[in-house]
Amino acid sequence: MPPEYKLELVCPAGSLPALKVAVDCGADSVYIGFRDDTNARNFTGLNFDAANARAGVAYAHAKSAKVFLALNTYPQAHGWERWEKAIDQAADIGMDAIILADPGLMQYAMKTHPQLHLHLSVQGSATNYEAINFYHEHFGIRRAVLPRVLSFAQVEELAAGTPVELELFGFGGLCVMAEGRCSLSSYVTGESPNNCGVCSPPKAVRWQKTAKGLESRLNGVLIDRYADDENAGYPTLCKGRFEVEGETYYTMEEPTSLNTLELLPELLRIKVRGLKIEGRQRSPAYVGQVTRIWREAIDQCMKNPQGFSVKPAWTAELGKISEGQQHTLGAYHRPWK
Amino acid sequence: MKLALGPVLYYWTQEKLQKFYEGIAAAPVDIVYLGETVCSRRHIMRLSDWLEVAKMLAAAGKEVVLSTLTLIESESDLKTLRRIAENSNFAVEANDMGAVHRLAGRMPFIAGPYLNIYNPQTLHLVASLGARRWVMPVEMSHEALQPLQQSRPAGVETEVFSYGRLPLAFSSRCFTARFHNLPKDDCRFLCIDDPNGKTMRTREGKPFLVINGTQTQSALVYNLIGDLDSLRKAGVDVVRISPQSEHTAEIIRLFRDRLEQRISPENATQQMESMMPEAACNGYWHGRPGMEQMFLASAMQHE
Repeated sequence: MPPEYKLELVCPAGSLPALKVAVDCGADSVYIGFRDDTNARNFTGLNFDAANARAGVAYAHAKSAKVFLALNTYPQAHGWERWEKAIDQAADIGMDAIILADPGLMQYAMKTHPQLHLHLSVQGSATNYEAINFYHEHFGIRRAVLPRVLSFAQVEELAAGTPVELELFGFGGLCVMAEGRCSLSSYVTGESPNNCGVCSPPKAVRWQKTAKGLESRLNGVLIDRYADDENAGYPTLCKGRFEVEGETYYTMEEPTSLNTLELLPELLRIKVRGLKIEGRQRSPAYVGQVTRIWREAIDQCMKNPQGFSVKPAWTAELGKISEGQQHTLGAYHRPWK
Repeated sequence: MKLALGPVLYYWTQEKLQKFYEGIAAAPVDIVYLGETVCSRRHIMRLSDWLEVAKMLAAAGKEVVLSTLTLIESESDLKTLRRIAENSNFAVEANDMGAVHRLAGRMPFIAGPYLNIYNPQTLHLVASLGARRWVMPVEMSHEALQPLQQSRPAGVETEVFSYGRLPLAFSSRCFTARFHNLPKDDCRFLCIDDPNGKTMRTREGKPFLVINGTQTQSALVYNLIGDLDSLRKAGVDVVRISPQSEHTAEIIRLFRDRLEQRISPENATQQMESMMPEAACNGYWHGRPGMEQMFLASAMQHE
């Protein structure tokens, strides 16, 4: 008999305290990364060493939660062994799955640790079922995390074409570009999500007060300039204001967060397996708040999908802690495109 | 080294494309990649039209390759992909793993620049599935390329994006439609008015990026004409030039002159200046931020 369908809440943790909070607040799974460039949130002071990862897995398993390890950058030849070692460690620690983007690594994982569950990372940039089935056939992936570029209708179409479980981003920072297909950051700074696990890295950021306003620069490139009454945001380069033919505006994307609470009944209808919260770089307090709200929302929706409605209090609380304090359905809602 | 012309990344009228490829038939280029790789809404050229161009170029002695869309999102995109993969006359450049899935074991293919081949293990894998050539990711340096070259499977050629505005990012959002305050579904195909894309400047007026529908490019023009000796030394087999609205055939000729040592790197670089829509950059090849320009003297020291 197939196991009963359940939508898993998949929460981020950049530290052991964040992992514990996520588990305590109702995460079904928590995803983490090691403390180096083997994952796409390679930030100073963030992430897990092997001992912390082991402690995290023990904590989660004791409370029936799972832990996934993100190894979702593309290794280059000179550092290859570091990624292999990370996979070996993941197997040794007893991770419930590893999240990979690089096909070469998938092959290594499959051959060396056949018991290890493989998830295809969003960085793998699989936006259609032929691509997902490729990874399924060759490496036996169990789950694929979809890039934040598909409309809901496209997700539904894709789901019908593959036996692989799907995980979708539900809340948090929003990449406007297809993940794994963006080199904007390395164009400006030399480091990108694919090759270094970072986007618009903090070490390239400079803030400067000028007569024209507060300026944010990335390796010298002016990303935005703020008047005194404007809130300054982190200079992620696709969220800056630039000028096109005399008009200055957010040319690529406003500083805004993805929030798909209202799509929950639809996600259940097409049996999406994982609902992913972005934000391994955020604090334990943030992880706790977001996890609690989404746990409540998912539970209510599972109980009564037809009668589900988004509580204004959820939206208000999530709004307070979001980037740019604005929400969007992103690409799931076709007019966003 | 062979010279290749990449697919036209912009949306041009049928007349412009027709004239362009007639010029290319007479230009000293060995390989021509054809097809729409950026946006599935662009419809001026149907597959049958591309196949006509392909036949004309093949008759002129070119190796013709059909390139697939990069961001394949819908069933109709997949339908187009299958038709390209199942054509029996021309090789195919796979720009998505879905395309690799359709081509693997069926016929030899070219692994395009968006497949994210960053290490020898992945290169061996795509070669085992039938890749006979691969295109290096644009952000890769000659140093990072080296280990892939050293352990390269027999019979697999390496191609490097060497000239043109860099295709840096793909989105499902159309930035041209966004500029015009139009939804993508009603974009009115206005990208046809920007045959070299639309320049995005910083708030202090510096050219930064270029909007090309759903694709974002560098405003600066990647130009490795001064680095061709270094490409040769790295064992690169194919040098890719990306089409631009004007001067493409002349640029191909300059690259050819440089490859055959008829002109110096300094002379070639100087002659290129008046033909580029913006200043040059070459940082990626030198392991630097892509937007940087390493000058010839320092490039030589680097070797």
